[in-house]
Amino acid sequence: MTAYLRPRSLAEAVAARAAEPGYLVLAGGTDLMVNANHRPAPAGLIDLWRLPGAGEISLDAERGQLAIGAGATWLQVQRHPLVVRHAAILAAAAREIGALQIQARGTIGGNVANSSPVGDSLPVLLALEAELELCSVRGTRRLPYREFCTGYRTTALGADELVSAVLVPVAAPAVRLFWRKVGTRRAQSISKVMAAAAIHLEDGVVRRATVAFGAVADRPVRLAGVEAAVVGLAPAQAAEAARAAVAGAIAPISDVRSTSDYRLQVAENLAARMFSELS
Amino acid sequence: MKVTLTLNGQEAAVEVPPWRRLLDVLRDDLSLTGTKEGCGEGECGACTVLLDGEPVNSCLVAAGQCDGRAVTTVEGLATHRRGEEILHAVQRQLVACGGAQCGICTPGIAVCAAHLLERGLGAPGDGANDGASDGAGVGAQAALPLAGKSEAEARAAVRELLAGNICRCTGYQLVVEAVLAAAREVADGDAGATGRPS
Repeated sequence: MTAYLRPRSLAEAVAARAAEPGYLVLAGGTDLMVNANHRPAPAGLIDLWRLPGAGEISLDAERGQLAIGAGATWLQVQRHPLVVRHAAILAAAAREIGALQIQARGTIGGNVANSSPVGDSLPVLLALEAELELCSVRGTRRLPYREFCTGYRTTALGADELVSAVLVPVAAPAVRLFWRKVGTRRAQSISKVMAAAAIHLEDGVVRRATVAFGAVADRPVRLAGVEAAVVGLAPAQAAEAARAAVAGAIAPISDVRSTSDYRLQVAENLAARMFSELS
Repeated sequence: MKVTLTLNGQEAAVEVPPWRRLLDVLRDDLSLTGTKEGCGEGECGACTVLLDGEPVNSCLVAAGQCDGRAVTTVEGLATHRRGEEILHAVQRQLVACGGAQCGICTPGIAVCAAHLLERGLGAPGDGANDGASDGAGVGAQAALPLAGKSEAEARAAVRELLAGNICRCTGYQLVVEAVLAAAREVADGDAGATGRPS
């Protein structure tokens, strides 16, 4: 019989995690519950759904960061005025995850901890240079999201840790944000390619850009080659430089959802569009 | 474990493994077979129920997670007056407009659409639904379903908000017509026969 724990606070949650590292940590269940009736029951559940305080979204003015509680659902993320104002592409991505039923249950912390290479919010977190807050009975630490994914569905999360918050730097007014998801249809489709970018444009040229893709590698990736290629260029030239740099930066695979050739072509198109849309 | 929940407005208790899907608890343990299983993967929306007032796929909810929470199924949409069952406006319009064929997706669509009418057709992120962002008691928001919306905007909103309910029969057109017709009823104040389940 599966054991069931429902912590009433973050302190109780990390204590449960430390005591039972083999239990399944469950929030909205939108990934972990798929075909649950055909899979062996876990030894136990640590249920974080609606953990008090875990879904709060606030602005840390001192650090210039949005603090998004790991338990925030995609509905909460997309509707929250602070997210809409300061991290518009995260709100946009949230609105394209599954559809209403999935958005009402899926959480940002679940997306991060589950670390699917096709997790829709993950390229956005890379492009926005987000940090994670990770909690355990040993204490709290911060980790750049970029260092969190260590491979195909492997992460830097300790066996006794929980993701407690996602910290997103507030974008400066001069920074232009880009997000595009390409799937088979608009709703309920798992992505073939996702692209996110934050582009600092000054005096008509790109000063700095962070460019991230999803579903083109074993994990969500920043494309350093593209980022370097566009610095100092006007949007039209940056678009062509970005397009040309993609093939050297990624080698997507073919699978049930798409082919290697299609993914590469779409990634090149999206890399160009990030910059061409600026002008 | 013993799971105690408010089911369609009434207290219910059931002894089930915490990992069992809410869908199976409803159909097999509580004999509420109105909720259908389509895909079992959270893709199709056939098994949609309201969990604490929000539409969710019941195939993706663990029974343990329902302890102490409120669940509304398609059986809870109709109201009763003097022993007579009065269908929710959405249910009546799905019938009247021909918005159903084989019927597997229909309960999920009815639950989802009834929820949308109760909290208005504001698209996510447009600010109309900010009051619902705490995720609880969404139905308590008394927005008029068509308030401030043109016909085209209302149609687009219905399509986006029902995008998680897959139908293989109707082509969706008549489903959208039915939801818009129900929304007009509610907006016209014909609430006597349309009100939310009490």
